[in-house]
Amino acid sequence: MSGHSTYEPKTGIERWLDARLPIIRLAKDTAIDFPTPKNLNYWWTFGGILAVCLVTQILTGVILAMHYVPNGDMAFNSVEHIMRDVNYGWMIRYIHANGASMFFLAVYIHMARGLYYGSYKAPREVLWLLGCIIYLLMMATAFMGYVLPWGQMSFAGAVVITNLFSALDQVIPGLGTAITTWLWGGFAVGGATLNRFFSLHYLLPFVIAGVVGLHIWALHVPGNNNPTGVDVKLKEDTVPFHPYYTVKDGFAIAAFFILFAWFVFFAPEALGHVDNQTPANPLVTPAHIVPEWYFLPFYAILRSVPQKLFGVLAMFGSIAMLFAVPWLDTSKVRSMRYRPTARIFLVFFVLATILLGWCGGKEPDDMVITMGHDANGDPTGFSVVWFSRILAIYYYAYFLLVLPLLGLTEKPLDVPTTISTPVLPKGGAALPAGATAAPEKKG
Amino acid sequence: MCGASSRPLAKGHNTVVETANEHGDEHTRRDFIHIAAIAAAAGGAAAFAWPLIDQMNPSGDTLALASIEYDFSKVALGQQAVIKWRGKPVFVRHRTPKEIAEAKADDHAPMRDPATDASRVKPGKEEWLILIGVCTHLGCVPNFGGGAYGGWLCPCHGSVYDTAGRIRAGPAPLNLFLPDYNFTGPTKVKIG
Repeated sequence: MSGHSTYEPKTGIERWLDARLPIIRLAKDTAIDFPTPKNLNYWWTFGGILAVCLVTQILTGVILAMHYVPNGDMAFNSVEHIMRDVNYGWMIRYIHANGASMFFLAVYIHMARGLYYGSYKAPREVLWLLGCIIYLLMMATAFMGYVLPWGQMSFAGAVVITNLFSALDQVIPGLGTAITTWLWGGFAVGGATLNRFFSLHYLLPFVIAGVVGLHIWALHVPGNNNPTGVDVKLKEDTVPFHPYYTVKDGFAIAAFFILFAWFVFFAPEALGHVDNQTPANPLVTPAHIVPEWYFLPFYAILRSVPQKLFGVLAMFGSIAMLFAVPWLDTSKVRSMRYRPTARIFLVFFVLATILLGWCGGKEPDDMVITMGHDANGDPTGFSVVWFSRILAIYYYAYFLLVLPLLGLTEKPLDVPTTISTPVLPKGGAALPAGATAAPEKKG
Repeated sequence: MCGASSRPLAKGHNTVVETANEHGDEHTRRDFIHIAAIAAAAGGAAAFAWPLIDQMNPSGDTLALASIEYDFSKVALGQQAVIKWRGKPVFVRHRTPKEIAEAKADDHAPMRDPATDASRVKPGKEEWLILIGVCTHLGCVPNFGGGAYGGWLCPCHGSVYDTAGRIRAGPAPLNLFLPDYNFTGPTKVKIG
């Protein structure tokens, strides 16, 4: 699908460069001429949105590092310094902090789109795996970034997440303790931990950028999937990336930035926690600890298991499932547009994940449905922890039962032979001459 | 842009020819959209770029420390105190009558950056010479007691300053700068 290059160097300098480093050819072939299915909808714009999110985070992050002090005694005050004294520091920090949330919002939509349209299926398994790796790196980066302001929630988050590894003590006594001590650089989370988290938080975004490069490379070998899931068969099935998708992506990016700007300027702390305005204190943990919203579903799964090691395994397993999706789904049909049953299961999967997030934000003993009160006057009934258990079971069942079994048993709708078939009565035959004759070059 | 590029394409495609004629070859609505979109993007980029650039300018707490007060009562005749102001050394020199006389004697000597001794001190306080101790060549801190003019010698590239801090030899182009200062009491000076 990549096709042959149509780049023709026009000047002597371009020819000279092209023979030595064909970088203009690469840019033209991948970002201008790249043949892209003509039926991509707005769910496909989130790749471009995510690229902009990554650039925004790196740009604002590099700037914040000019003013931030990664030292246990000075980190909190240096953040206050950014907020109060640095020119536009408040804005740059709020863009960075809310940018993390926007990044995750976009990546979840991007992943859900991949699940719905079967973008993980052959020949795009490696593309999907690279995406899963990016997601893991994003989680690590976001976690370590959240620690840096060195408030009470930062500290508690660092303590809880690093202590996940202490569950390994239940496998080999002493192993978990050895790993946590190594992670902390001490006997508890402290200044040494903060310093190394800062170093890694600066490093990992560039690793992400590298894997994004591989992700795009892996995308450009088979080309984009599309809402029908049908392979591109004719040149008429595609349009050049520029201007069709530069403009469509550009419009979506602008719309996304409106939401982003609304958070930055009108609700900059809406997604944060007030306890993080208190400097880190190793002697006290705030009364109600919750992670950032984008980790809540996994946090709910962790809490739903009443055993330390298995809780940790269930949480990491819920992410590991994503890596196995290309081989768990047995259906020959890519797009769920033609899989009416699978579509319903997926909608419930997305709903279950959102509800798990809701559960993660509640106390485990809160009631979903209150049925009465016990002797102490506390409500009894259907609790959040039990709701989480049901949802977690559905989460796993979607991957381990629905995807493998439904693909073998369901009867899909008729899949069109080409991308054009659903919209053209003639069945996607040759288009009228002139209709696709490079209209981007008209007027 | 429209006319020139659409004509070759138009050959053999009737629809294209009609479209081009309908809107004329000069200005189309598409041109307007292009210009408007690019202008909006450029304006947005510039508006976003400014905060990212301005954040490197001195922050509020740095600017808040822009003036200091100094009690010079302990600087004896012939001595020099070096204090830090805005991150730079400031020389507070208690000049001897001999140094003052030498400086005044040279007022009309040929100099690279001519200045009289009176213009380098406050009236009635000519024993106090207050200078920014940064060589005007490339920013090193000159040492007192070196050079042929009884003043300062810069260790980096050999610029020589006299007892009024005027450049007399070496590569530096200008006299040592004077900070803004005022005497706020018999033994107190406010710098900045």
